[in-house]
Amino acid sequence: MDFLNAIVAFSNYVLVPGAAYGAQLALGALGVTLIYGILRFSNFAHGDTMAFGTAMTIIITNGLLALGITFGPLPTALLALPFGIAATCLLVLFTDKLVYKFYRKQKAAPVILVIVSMGVMFIMNGVVRFVIGVRDIRFTDGERFIISARDFKEMTGLKEGLAIKTTQGITVVVAIFVVIVLFWFLNKTRTGKSMRAFSDNEDLALLSGINPEKVVMVTWMIVAALATTAGVLYGLDKSFKAFTYFQLLLPIFASAIVGGLGSPLGAIAGGFVIAFSEVTITYAFKKVLVYLMPDSLEPTGLVQLLSTDYKFAVSFTILIIVLLFKPTGLFKGKSV
Amino acid sequence: MTISLRNVLLVVGVAALYILEGSTTFWIFSGSWDSALKMLNFALIGAIMSLGVNLQWGFAGLFNIGIMGFVALGGLATVLVAMPTTPGAWSAGGWQILAGLAMGAITIVGAVKMYAYLPKGWLRNLMTFALIAVGFFAFRAVFDGGVAGVEAINPAATGYLGGLNWGGENYKDYGWLTVVAWPIGGVLAAGAAWIIGKTALGLRSDYLAIATLGIAEIIIAVMKNEDWLSRGVKNVNGLPRPVPYEIDLQNDLGFVERAASWGLDPTSASTLYTKMGYAILFTVFLVALLWLAQRALNSPWGRMMRAIRDNEVAAEAMGKNVTARHLQIFILGSAICGIAGAMMTTLDSQLTPTAYQPLRFTFLIWVMVIVGGSGNNFGAVLGGFLIWWLWVMVEPLGLWIAEITTAGFDPDHWFRIRMEDAAAHFRLFTMGLVLLLVLRFSPRGLMPEK
Repeated sequence: MDFLNAIVAFSNYVLVPGAAYGAQLALGALGVTLIYGILRFSNFAHGDTMAFGTAMTIIITNGLLALGITFGPLPTALLALPFGIAATCLLVLFTDKLVYKFYRKQKAAPVILVIVSMGVMFIMNGVVRFVIGVRDIRFTDGERFIISARDFKEMTGLKEGLAIKTTQGITVVVAIFVVIVLFWFLNKTRTGKSMRAFSDNEDLALLSGINPEKVVMVTWMIVAALATTAGVLYGLDKSFKAFTYFQLLLPIFASAIVGGLGSPLGAIAGGFVIAFSEVTITYAFKKVLVYLMPDSLEPTGLVQLLSTDYKFAVSFTILIIVLLFKPTGLFKGKSV
Repeated sequence: MTISLRNVLLVVGVAALYILEGSTTFWIFSGSWDSALKMLNFALIGAIMSLGVNLQWGFAGLFNIGIMGFVALGGLATVLVAMPTTPGAWSAGGWQILAGLAMGAITIVGAVKMYAYLPKGWLRNLMTFALIAVGFFAFRAVFDGGVAGVEAINPAATGYLGGLNWGGENYKDYGWLTVVAWPIGGVLAAGAAWIIGKTALGLRSDYLAIATLGIAEIIIAVMKNEDWLSRGVKNVNGLPRPVPYEIDLQNDLGFVERAASWGLDPTSASTLYTKMGYAILFTVFLVALLWLAQRALNSPWGRMMRAIRDNEVAAEAMGKNVTARHLQIFILGSAICGIAGAMMTTLDSQLTPTAYQPLRFTFLIWVMVIVGGSGNNFGAVLGGFLIWWLWVMVEPLGLWIAEITTAGFDPDHWFRIRMEDAAAHFRLFTMGLVLLLVLRFSPRGLMPEK
């Protein structure tokens, strides 16, 4: 019984939140990795693209709610998501035309594009603050829990409860759906195959008649969809704040690099590696160990390896370790 | 630098922006010398940071976006040097903390050495991991006890180790210690840069960028959490100052008389006097660093750096040690950022870890360097002054734009309220726009490298 309690406590505090966070990071990292694969630069504006998409979705959600439209037990934001994606698509395509295209034509060095993306980051950050302000916004509605801690305790008779929030469930389901669609697209459709060809060898792809502008356009649209979805899921699960999204940049990049930049599969693996290590290392294990250890050995402290504020340090340390020992990431990524 | 008409005009133009702020209330200017001097002081610090980044990016092509971390370390140095030692803190746990940290360092060095010397295989991985695990728990056991001891001492006022200022109660009499802290801030930042450079400089540009970004966040996280070191988010207030206090000046009869002879009232005269004092100190440091950077740029060493930047492979083939040179310039540039950080904390008279935001302390400095002209020291300094002016003045500028666009509306029309709210967010947008415009139409900056 104690053993079961320990497992439930561990799932409640580490596994479930870790899985949801991992799915969010994975979606974000997929966007970063696609841009890196096709456009060949690290996009620093990615966090702010996520913030923009989420801001748009929140505005549309509010509009829907004002019209009296809800999504039953699910958050209304899911209904608004496609519109948010469309708005973000327009923004990134517009940015590409106005900003990035010039440097692509010039064949500018990747590092110049990174600096350009810093400028885009500033502008998007300003736009998001302009549109929605800097406040902390919660926009989750509908059922709060798939299963609440109390129901779980009553059902199983265990001392520990396992709560699964609706948003956590949705995050994982949506993420799986998105990843399946993405991989189907990349592997089975003509456009997807031309994207992979372009990513593997640009010159060869150009020789075989692939239209680079079309590939780039499709990439930006996919990235907009991924970024908005990741942003909305993160916002539903926690809350929306422009600055938090900017800070997500670090774990997202860490995920993409740990997995291997340019490798979609790696981005997903990286997302979960980073998320679980952050949650595990900053979790106070006392609650779990209380059940596993005999009474005499019960821990007195919290048995927390590092305080929660050091979660950046965790993602970063993993990043450094991977870079030092396996520079191309867990799944063979590119190196420019 | 050849003195061209264009450069002279640029310098005069930027200087005019500051003079206008002080002298006229026309358009968006406030007409207050106090505000102009305050802006100038921050601009001087910004120019020094920009000089440091220019050393790394302009000379060597190193893409460091962890400037915030080095700036924060400089600020920490000011506290560690100029604040009074907390009575009893060292005996209550200070030495224990140091012992804990030493154990941590020994563990890391030991693990690195063990990994290097043991033959490859699973045994090596296992033993290294075991050493780290054992070392970590031993470190926590010693370290946590010391921390608890130090943080228990009067937590509302101190609860940290304090600095090296031996003045005790009268620590504010030793204001010159803050100036001593500036180079020490540079040394602290250089030390951090050495560790970072050793691990991350081998990585290619994007990875180095992410690595430095991460390290800056970690440095800030440490400063927010380790209360024994700098009181964490409780902030350290009331740092001593290298210039006299306004209130002392106002009580000084001689000063009041002199102010009166200039036609100034004692209050504004005293604030101007202290701000001028800071401005002179900062200018001395800026000129000295600029002179050194200029000497470095024109020396054989500077030529070698640019050769490495322009073609690493060729430079390596010529027998230049690229990694070592990169490490060297990374440390130097970071040290300059540390010095600037220490100056900034001195100017604020407080250390506020939550105030360190990457947009303000990392990316803004990058805008300064790119706009000014990377690879040109004078350009970087000019960019520092220009962009800081813009950063401050964008808000009145935004209000002005809000005013003229909403002139025909009622004061409480939604559009007017929206525009006035938006003026505050105008800042980041403008910075991005300026950066993109310069990159597009004048990619080498306002004062390009020769």
